[in-house]
Amino acid sequence: MTTLTLSHLDVEIASKKIVDDVSFSVSTGEWLCIIGPNGAGKSTLLRAIAGIIPSTGDLLIDGTHLRTMAPRDRACWIAYVAQEPVMPSGMRVFDYIMLGRTAHLRLLASESPKDFEVTQFVIDELALQEFAHRDVATLSGGERQRVAIARALAQASPIVLLDEPTTALDIGYQQDVLELIDRLRHEQKIAVISTMHDLTVSGLYPDSLMMLSHGSIAVQGSAQEVLTVERILKTYGAHVRIVEDSRGPIVVPERKPGL
Amino acid sequence: MMHTVNARHTTPRVWLVGAFAVVAAVISGVCIGAVHIAPLDALAVIVNHIPGFHVSTSASASDSAIIWDLRFPRIVLALLVGAMLSTSGCSYQGTFRNPLADPYLLGVSAGAGLGATTCIVVTNSHSVHWLLPLAAFTGAMIAVGLTYTLGRSALVGRSATSLVLAGVAVASMLTAIQTLVQQRNSDKIREVYGWILGRLSTSGWSDVQLVAPYIVICLVVLFQYRRVLDVFAVGDEEALTMGLPVARARAAIIIAASLGTAAAVSVTGLIGFVGIIVPHSLRLIMGNSYRRLLPQTAMYGGVFLVCADIVARTALAPQEIPIGVVTALIGAPFFLFVLGSSRQGDLT
Repeated sequence: MTTLTLSHLDVEIASKKIVDDVSFSVSTGEWLCIIGPNGAGKSTLLRAIAGIIPSTGDLLIDGTHLRTMAPRDRACWIAYVAQEPVMPSGMRVFDYIMLGRTAHLRLLASESPKDFEVTQFVIDELALQEFAHRDVATLSGGERQRVAIARALAQASPIVLLDEPTTALDIGYQQDVLELIDRLRHEQKIAVISTMHDLTVSGLYPDSLMMLSHGSIAVQGSAQEVLTVERILKTYGAHVRIVEDSRGPIVVPERKPGL
Repeated sequence: MMHTVNARHTTPRVWLVGAFAVVAAVISGVCIGAVHIAPLDALAVIVNHIPGFHVSTSASASDSAIIWDLRFPRIVLALLVGAMLSTSGCSYQGTFRNPLADPYLLGVSAGAGLGATTCIVVTNSHSVHWLLPLAAFTGAMIAVGLTYTLGRSALVGRSATSLVLAGVAVASMLTAIQTLVQQRNSDKIREVYGWILGRLSTSGWSDVQLVAPYIVICLVVLFQYRRVLDVFAVGDEEALTMGLPVARARAAIIIAASLGTAAAVSVTGLIGFVGIIVPHSLRLIMGNSYRRLLPQTAMYGGVFLVCADIVARTALAPQEIPIGVVTALIGAPFFLFVLGSSRQGDLT
């Protein structure tokens, strides 16, 4: 089992604190979902964990500091899927997914048969055979997201960061992608940290939620603990009703009172 | 699935066609000129210079001299320079994710131009011949060094954009100085222009010997980075999270591409368009994968420059057109033709 631990993580951009004293830990097989209003620092936090932007505080994987690692070693632990992954036109889906093997190759080496095997395995696993030959730039939103997740899987890292994996998708594709992530984290034993906008959906799949407000943790826990009328009013300034359901709380938007 | 796997690799057929194009270009280059030479004689004379080979030939001694001492070195120089310029352009386009990047992106041309102009102005006509490449090379490397230092220290940090912007600034400044120097020494303007418009020298093997080591080493280094160039396609941030040491890899590519370009420019002057037209034409035909593109770019870059040189030598014979003018004049319409005739489905 692998555990990612953040303690007292801060991110400062242009001398403004975007992420403020965030601590948590996630182990393989778990799914932590970061929620919070626009500008709360969700994406920034993920980008800091991925090593794209600098941060202070401890960032440990099984007790080893991530910041001291070379990009390649770090990528063997953590994979990252951006909110809108870049899809280079003219690149085939197969080749794109195989880029995920970069972390396992020396800088100037070429892919070995094993890298082809892993790529093919991921394609079979995610049922992408029918468009393995297609140009990634021609894919639809839902296909892009699946292909980007496939690339992260080919990277074979125990921790996968997903920035808004479902925001651009309609409800059917959302379900497909979320079911896929849920299945993979159990079967492939990976830890998933994602950000998400839809509160009801965020209570449906992940094990635990973390609500960010102005860069710091407002509340963290199960969906029942985090998704409350008072908390959502305080953090989002939104008026909602919570309908309790056996699968998790359903967040229903209300008309604002007094209008 | 085998198809997908195979599609990543260049098929033997593509290599054969490329090799045939190189041989055809070399033989045409040797045979076409004021003195007509039969293709078989040309081949025989060249083969006879390979140790351990001897074939009988009807070529006279003077024909042999024309083939081996005049035309063939010039063709080899064109192959080397064409390969270098197009490979540099292709590498820059990959690492900067900018289709308009050319080998002169980071100020190589302006630096070399200033170096060459200064050399032409201050030295006497006797020593200019051997000092010119050195001055142009030094100028080019100083310009790239300046661009790189400025680009990295800029507020935006180490982003690719800041490097490109620094390149624009450095190039403008050096070009301004070059124009000033040139304007104050208008008696040398013809010589300066002769250099700027680019030309392949006819001074036998010495230029080839001068630049071949640099170009070969730089080409080999860039070929090693062909898979890395594919990783760059997803952008710096995602490439970093996939384990690519983005800054280090880009620095290595820039150094190799700039050094090679500077070496090429030092002996031939500024030959434009090769670094844009050749990679993009091939992209339209064989797709975007750099691992397949880069070696082909080198081959066809050489072929393109040999062909351009034939036109430069013969179109207005006995006068010679500067090869930089030819590459622009035939290169641009050729590129438009390829652009127009390519369809979406051709990306294989």
